[in-house]
Amino acid sequence: MSDTPRMTADTPPAPAATPPMLELENVAKSFGAVVALRSGSLRLERGSIHALIGENGAGKSTLVKIVAGLYRRDAGDFRLNGESVDFGSTAQSKAAGIAVIYQEPTLFPDLTVTENVFMGRQPVGRFGRIDRKAMRAEVEQLFARLGVGIDPDRPAEGLSIADQQVIEIAKAVSLDARVLIMDEPTAALSGVEVDRLFQIARSLRDEGRALLFISHRFDEVFALCDTVTVMRDGAYIATTPIGETTVDGLVRQMVGRDVTDLFPKLPAEIREPLLEVEGLSSPLFHDISFTVRAGEIVGLAGLVGAGRSEVARAVFGVDAYDEGTVRLGGRAIPKNRPDAAMRAGLALVPEDRRKQGLVLESSVARNVTLAIRETIAKAGLITSGMENRAAKEWASRLEVKTNALSTVAGTLSGGNQQKVVLGKWLATEPRVLIIDEPTRGIDIGTKSEVHRLLSELAGRGMGILMISSELPEVLGMADRVLVMREGRITAEIDRDDATSENVMFAATHAQGAHQ
Amino acid sequence: MTATTTAAAAIARSYRDYDRPLWQRVLLTREMAIIALVVLVSVVAAATVRGFGQPITVTYLLLDVMPILLIALPMTLVMITGEIDLSVASIVGLSSVLTGVLTAGGLPFEVAAVVALVAGAVCGAVNGFLVTVVGLPSLAVTIGTLALFRGLAVGLLGTTAITDFPDFWTDLAKARVGGSNVPVVLFVFLVLLVVFIVLLHFTPFGRGIYAIGLSKAAARFSGVHVERTKFVLFVLAGTISALAGVFYTLRFGSARGDNATGLELQVIAAVVLGGVSVFGGRGAIHGVIAGVLLIGVLSSALRLANVTSDVINIITGALLVLSVVATSFLAWLRKRRKAPGGTPRIEASTAG
Amino acid sequence: MTATIEKTAVTKRLHAIGAVREFGILLALALVVLAATVANPNFLFSADGWRDLLLTPSILVLVAIGQAIVIITRNVDLSVGSILGLSAYLTGRLFIDLQGIPIVAVFVIAVVFGGLLGLVNGALVAFAKVPAMVITLGTLYAYRGINVLWTGSDRINASDLPKDFLALGTGQILWIPILTIIAVVVLAVTGWIMKNTRGGREFYAIGSDPAAAELYGLRVTRRLLIAFVVSGALAGLAGVLYAARYGTINSQAGSGWELDAVGAAVIGGVAITGGVGSVWGAAIGAWLLLTINRALPILGIPDFWQRAVVGALIIGAIVLDRVLAVRQRRKLLEAREDDR
Repeated sequence: MSDTPRMTADTPPAPAATPPMLELENVAKSFGAVVALRSGSLRLERGSIHALIGENGAGKSTLVKIVAGLYRRDAGDFRLNGESVDFGSTAQSKAAGIAVIYQEPTLFPDLTVTENVFMGRQPVGRFGRIDRKAMRAEVEQLFARLGVGIDPDRPAEGLSIADQQVIEIAKAVSLDARVLIMDEPTAALSGVEVDRLFQIARSLRDEGRALLFISHRFDEVFALCDTVTVMRDGAYIATTPIGETTVDGLVRQMVGRDVTDLFPKLPAEIREPLLEVEGLSSPLFHDISFTVRAGEIVGLAGLVGAGRSEVARAVFGVDAYDEGTVRLGGRAIPKNRPDAAMRAGLALVPEDRRKQGLVLESSVARNVTLAIRETIAKAGLITSGMENRAAKEWASRLEVKTNALSTVAGTLSGGNQQKVVLGKWLATEPRVLIIDEPTRGIDIGTKSEVHRLLSELAGRGMGILMISSELPEVLGMADRVLVMREGRITAEIDRDDATSENVMFAATHAQGAHQ
Repeated sequence: MTATTTAAAAIARSYRDYDRPLWQRVLLTREMAIIALVVLVSVVAAATVRGFGQPITVTYLLLDVMPILLIALPMTLVMITGEIDLSVASIVGLSSVLTGVLTAGGLPFEVAAVVALVAGAVCGAVNGFLVTVVGLPSLAVTIGTLALFRGLAVGLLGTTAITDFPDFWTDLAKARVGGSNVPVVLFVFLVLLVVFIVLLHFTPFGRGIYAIGLSKAAARFSGVHVERTKFVLFVLAGTISALAGVFYTLRFGSARGDNATGLELQVIAAVVLGGVSVFGGRGAIHGVIAGVLLIGVLSSALRLANVTSDVINIITGALLVLSVVATSFLAWLRKRRKAPGGTPRIEASTAG
Repeated sequence: MTATIEKTAVTKRLHAIGAVREFGILLALALVVLAATVANPNFLFSADGWRDLLLTPSILVLVAIGQAIVIITRNVDLSVGSILGLSAYLTGRLFIDLQGIPIVAVFVIAVVFGGLLGLVNGALVAFAKVPAMVITLGTLYAYRGINVLWTGSDRINASDLPKDFLALGTGQILWIPILTIIAVVVLAVTGWIMKNTRGGREFYAIGSDPAAAELYGLRVTRRLLIAFVVSGALAGLAGVLYAARYGTINSQAGSGWELDAVGAAVIGGVAITGGVGSVWGAAIGAWLLLTINRALPILGIPDFWQRAVVGALIIGAIVLDRVLAVRQRRKLLEAREDDR
């Protein structure tokens, strides 16, 4: 991707005498023993679009949440227009002219688009009567300015993520927010939607606002932004004008070491096919076919929203699908039956650890044994003793760091939570493991532990389907890479041929035949 | 479990099973607080209220709270999954009326009672169907079926009452074991109690119930049949309510459409008082039993002390509010102690 | 991009559905009245029939309005029946203990009293963050208990109350019962507020997504307090009118009304999950509920069956709402596909 066209139209603004619009210096934040942000720094200038990039767990979200007033910093400086600020709530941050557009905006589904834009600050006339005409006129004006054609009278329910983001932006503009922060806004958008968003972003910049754009996609960073700041392991690494850097340079800053050393997949004998998926279709994905063989790690790459997790969920039976078959070891698995999939030897470590993987308020022991509760029961009965025995075995095999098995899972660090989820599913002794974002939000040390474990499991003959948004992880671990784009598998690349360029190309570009 | 990381196992860490000693885990619980309160109230009542200490009081107390005790068992399970069933008292009324109408119509009492139980199961299935298949909130559904089932009961019998039941059965409902003061029906309850304790606390099904209440998504991803489990629990609640209805009929020798009106609120109050969270996922049977008994003991003692019997309403209500507010307050205190920054540690791993 | 954005076809249809929901319940009411009138013309075409048609639901309409506001915020108030009972008894006591007290003063005192009881509910819900269902179940008991303790086996009879006051309960102005006028005025005011003011819209926002309401910086606590205070105050007002209408008040006045009020709101299209519905719908729901009760005997159905019909109606209403919601979501998704 080093040949990505540099599309920076404007030169970054010259350092002015006036202080930057927003400035963070050595900001830190910990949660108990977990350090989420060691030393975050950032300078946002007026009339510029600034990219913030870094791997998952680099501390970007924490930084944003401090700016948004959701968290209070433990240390460091936070200045707005040169004046030190400290937000205790989102309302304070908003009042100071900061607006955050999240990846998945929160709107009121039952209310109209217009009401959503103005909730809590509607224009009122006599007797406190809301001036609906004025409100609608302003929304029309806003939408015209942003160049979007959303019906202002429809309820927010059912709007696409892109449209919801536009409404959030309209809200920010009508509030006259000077700083707009977009947290991975393009993750779930289609190409056309991304173009529209970028147009809006540029026009906002030209009005003199400061925009912070958080993204994983280098092509977008180079296409849109003026300056880029890289973070790694909770700390600031560097800020560079976009014209003075390259994709390779940014990757080096993000990873901090040579990519290939990080993820050793030991060679394993690849044997008979285990998981065979054929022609799987649903409204979210189309005609998905692939095979996972014993001893093999298959990487499933693609952008967030390409339909990878949806496929995994359908294969495991958590979601229904319309057409197609799933077979394991030659035997068909009925659709929409996670229990049947489990019995057949399939396991799914889901994407959202805290919501889908764990019962957060339950103990480590209960979590580890939840999926095997029926197999460890004797004569249909189960006791805490049985659970503790099984849990102890898996906790020690995976070296979960906790004192007692009765510890509530939600209090563990992200890495240890992931180990508990892994233990829970390895305890079912699966033949095929589907693992969705195996290392999202966990520390570097645990990360390599997880990778070593996956490699060992494959070495013992397990088939592994690994969904990952981190290219180095996919390239380092997978024997074969499948790439998905907009609900379809667009490429299948062998380990030896896979490069970040061809994987990324398949993930972002429709194949020649289509366009 | 052979195929995994033996290397890791070699340097096995040691894990304690629990982070608190046994006595703390047993004694410092909400359930124990309620049990202690029951004991305290009983002792005080026995010492100060004339007649409370008499064995006959215990008999009547147990007979009086028996319907609540019975229905509280399945209600506990339903509420731990995060649902609620407001229609139980109406099912009591309907099964009572069905038993009466069928017996009066010439069927043997035993057959009539079985039909009533089946009808209770069907009522529960209707609730379960609307909640799990149609996907409606259980609060709204069971407010509707509360009126519907009660309406069917009243409609079938009007304001009349059927009082002609076999003496054998009506006597049995009030009978005591041998010369003691232990009512025979207590054994029916004890059998069910054991069944429900085992079901909730010692089976994979019970583990699933808690998982559903705490996180529906995680339960589903772990192979728990969320909808099926809830459906079964609603059917159980209907059946046990019908059983309570048959007992109610025999105990008072009367089948009426308005039998047990308002009982659903007493059952729910007792269950919540016993430590079951309305958000689901928390609670235990022994606490619930203590909750029912607390209300029973208080009302019995106050009645004997010649306080208006309905004063118990204030106490039930106040206890209910106090118990939930206290829980919130304690949780808030604990949170503040653990995280002086004001942000609970549990949020740590969302940051990234 | 044109200067004005037209309403899309889908939006128009959705607005139609929303209107249809309330219109449908009104139509059902009309059908019930029509059927009963055909069976017995006196149901509508007699002085008493006309009066009862308007008068009977008036008190429940007030309680249902308060309930609707609370439910729209994704809460529920089960204590309204007990508040109504306490307020009714308080009304009687005021007339007995303070001979010659102005009727207006009694109204004010009872409404404030009801509002205070509602404030207790609201404070417990908003500050202790305990589900309203549990809190109001507790205060249902507690308030009724206080009522029983206060009333004992005492009873207030019509002879204890001033004639002028009782006249309110049955009196009419131009063929319209005074109680109905009060109910309609309250309905119009609350309906206007819920539709046209910031505060009113915030009730909907909070019920639609409580987490988003916090993020928007809405004053959620204050809104919840207001919702419960309004519900309590309206139950208090209903208590005074109850005393005026029936004259006899014992310790059980208003018991069971909470379920009628919730039922009326649900029948009228107020979603138990919050954010959807209107006080108009709830009021029509209350009207339909009590009119059916009166119509059944005339239609040859013993009135013992009325509760069954009410139950069937509630379930029918929520199933219908569910079907409509699913269809709406599909329509909105289709509209989104069309845009592409």
